[in-house]
Amino acid sequence: MTFRLRHLLGIEPLTPADIRTILDLADQYVDLSRGASKHSDVLAGLTQINMFFEASTRTQASFEIAGKRLGADVMNMAMQASSIKKGETLIDTALTLNAMHPDLLVVRHPQSGAVDLLAQKVNCAVLNAGDGRHEHPTQALLDALTIRRAKGRLHRLTIAICGDIAHSRVARSNILLLGKMENRVRLIGPPTLIPAKAAEFGVEVFDDMRAGLEGADVVMMLRLQKERMDGGFIPSEREYYHRFGLDAEKLAHAKDDAIVMHPGPMNRGVEIDGTLADDINRSVIQEQVEMGVAVRMAAMDLLARNLRAERAAGGGVYV
Amino acid sequence: MRTLFANARLIDPEAGTDAPGWLLIEGETILATGRGDAPPAEAVIDCAGRCLAPGIVDIGVKVCEPGERHKESFGSAGAAAAAGGVTTMVTRPDTAPAIDTPEVLEFVTRRARDASPVRIKPMAALTKGREGREMTEIGFLMDAGAVAFTDGDRVVENTKVLSRAMTYARSLGALVIAHPQDPGLSDGACATTGKFASLRGLPAVSPMAERMALDRDLALVEMTGVKYHADQITTDRALPALDRAKQNGRDVTAGVSIHHLTLNELDVGDYRTFFKVKPPLRAETDRVALVEAVSSGLIDVISSMHTPQDEESKRLPYEEAASGAVGLETLLPAALRLYHAGAIDLPRLWRALSLNPSRRLGLATGRLARGTPADLVMFDPDAPFVLDRFTLRSKSRNTPFDGARMQGRVLGTWVAGTRVHEKG
Repeated sequence: MTFRLRHLLGIEPLTPADIRTILDLADQYVDLSRGASKHSDVLAGLTQINMFFEASTRTQASFEIAGKRLGADVMNMAMQASSIKKGETLIDTALTLNAMHPDLLVVRHPQSGAVDLLAQKVNCAVLNAGDGRHEHPTQALLDALTIRRAKGRLHRLTIAICGDIAHSRVARSNILLLGKMENRVRLIGPPTLIPAKAAEFGVEVFDDMRAGLEGADVVMMLRLQKERMDGGFIPSEREYYHRFGLDAEKLAHAKDDAIVMHPGPMNRGVEIDGTLADDINRSVIQEQVEMGVAVRMAAMDLLARNLRAERAAGGGVYV
Repeated sequence: MRTLFANARLIDPEAGTDAPGWLLIEGETILATGRGDAPPAEAVIDCAGRCLAPGIVDIGVKVCEPGERHKESFGSAGAAAAAGGVTTMVTRPDTAPAIDTPEVLEFVTRRARDASPVRIKPMAALTKGREGREMTEIGFLMDAGAVAFTDGDRVVENTKVLSRAMTYARSLGALVIAHPQDPGLSDGACATTGKFASLRGLPAVSPMAERMALDRDLALVEMTGVKYHADQITTDRALPALDRAKQNGRDVTAGVSIHHLTLNELDVGDYRTFFKVKPPLRAETDRVALVEAVSSGLIDVISSMHTPQDEESKRLPYEEAASGAVGLETLLPAALRLYHAGAIDLPRLWRALSLNPSRRLGLATGRLARGTPADLVMFDPDAPFVLDRFTLRSKSRNTPFDGARMQGRVLGTWVAGTRVHEKG
């Protein structure tokens, strides 16, 4: 095993081998989670703090369950309601928490790069649970695991990512991961929601959804945030649904066995047809949630191993 | 008293020469330059073949007085300038409060005189409070010593306000300095549009925002006939418009910051906020085009855009972090990067660092001619060093060159014939 990272801040620093290591271990944790006893002790004695500076239900719950299944002591901090309001800076908050000796820090922040900044100031393992529009690595990893289990491989697939790419950290992490694993990635969306110079990411860009879906193995839908719907980026919700909402007719352009994914929470009738989202033959949206817990267990397990090895080697002075 | 600078490599931006020679000063002014046998003098400084050039005239230095003296004072900025070979700081009015009345300007002038070893030429705000609504008392401010009028990095959005201010300024012969950046397109942006910003997830502005704003300003210049200077041209796309205006005989000049000449967008790396400047660092193709424009003379002035920020305002997530970098002490070695790269010779470099800014502001400095002020910098263009930001004399140490390998050391700085810095 070659996984040597101290933090999981993004997909960008990962090698294909790192990605495979995480996914292989996650496969084992899927089995554990489906078993009669869902408990392991690999994180016993470690403290995991979930710091969410931005509202989250599923990611936070997923990290919490992952930590608890592995025996860590898990604490959730809703940072929106706390010292940030009192004017404390991110770094001071980090230093304060650091003094409590956490081992795993799970951080979500509305600003790109904020989790990197925080990771420089603490001496525990930091997991990025989403920073601004930058990265959301565990989401990309759980998507990768879902694809690998559904398709039997994670290379040479044609994967269409549709919707608000510009504001999506999920899209960025997925583009990076799927590219590293040698897949053909397509971005589909109105040009106002496609990031500048997207073609330089090594992807194909489409503003015609049917053309973009042609022959796709995987259709990954993204959430369109409410605040972007009114005139600023797209003319209206209904026009968006007409042109970019996934329904059976548009999906027919993809391969017959194409799977449909969505990171949630879904806007039924905005970016995806409700019936399609519930179609167990096409939609793997529920599997994604399940894989999320397993991938987070794997990531925290691997980081904890490195942390323990580093401490055993006497590296890092713990304040 | 006469002082002779012997065995010098004289950099004369006016004559465009870089040659061995001597320079003689008497009191506060330059008396003569020459080659071969040097005239007698009471004091002799042996330059040992090192470069001797007119001191740098730096347009756009932010000294945080009044308002934020903890970031920079006239004392600390002056010491930094002297150490960096900057003999005249042309200071910005974007302080708190803004320098927009003769009274505030007089305070600044007094503080500067008491605390700074180098010359200070203050700029004043173009509109009251830099709010873009009403013009300042341009006449009174000129009487009080303002050398130019600018709202700093704030754009006067209302063209009627700007055109009236320009018209009024023209009647007084005042220089208006603007920051060409379309406010709508650049709203909220902290990076330049491109693959890098897209991957980093940073809100970005198209280089077109600069061209659009420059086009607008140049149209107003044509309309009003004002003397106009664009503080920073940072994109390739804006250059043709600038060239056209100059060809058409408009009284237009432009500057560029040293950071845009020596760094590009990729230097931001993993959200390094010391590289956050305004406008944002651009693509490498822009940087190369700008260097060429300085060499050709299309861009007239290089400045440090010295902007002190304390650690607290930089140790934040990238979008929230303050913009700006200090530059007084790194301007010369950073500019020498262009020389060492073979992109520009020293006389042309000094034309942009000293002669052109002096001329634009109507100052007598920037030359080695008889009777001009003895504002000089002696430097070794080759001396290598690694910059440690904690050795900087500025109160704020937000330099993007921390840990960078640089070449070029200031050995001495003279203002009006008086030595204000010695290598130490």
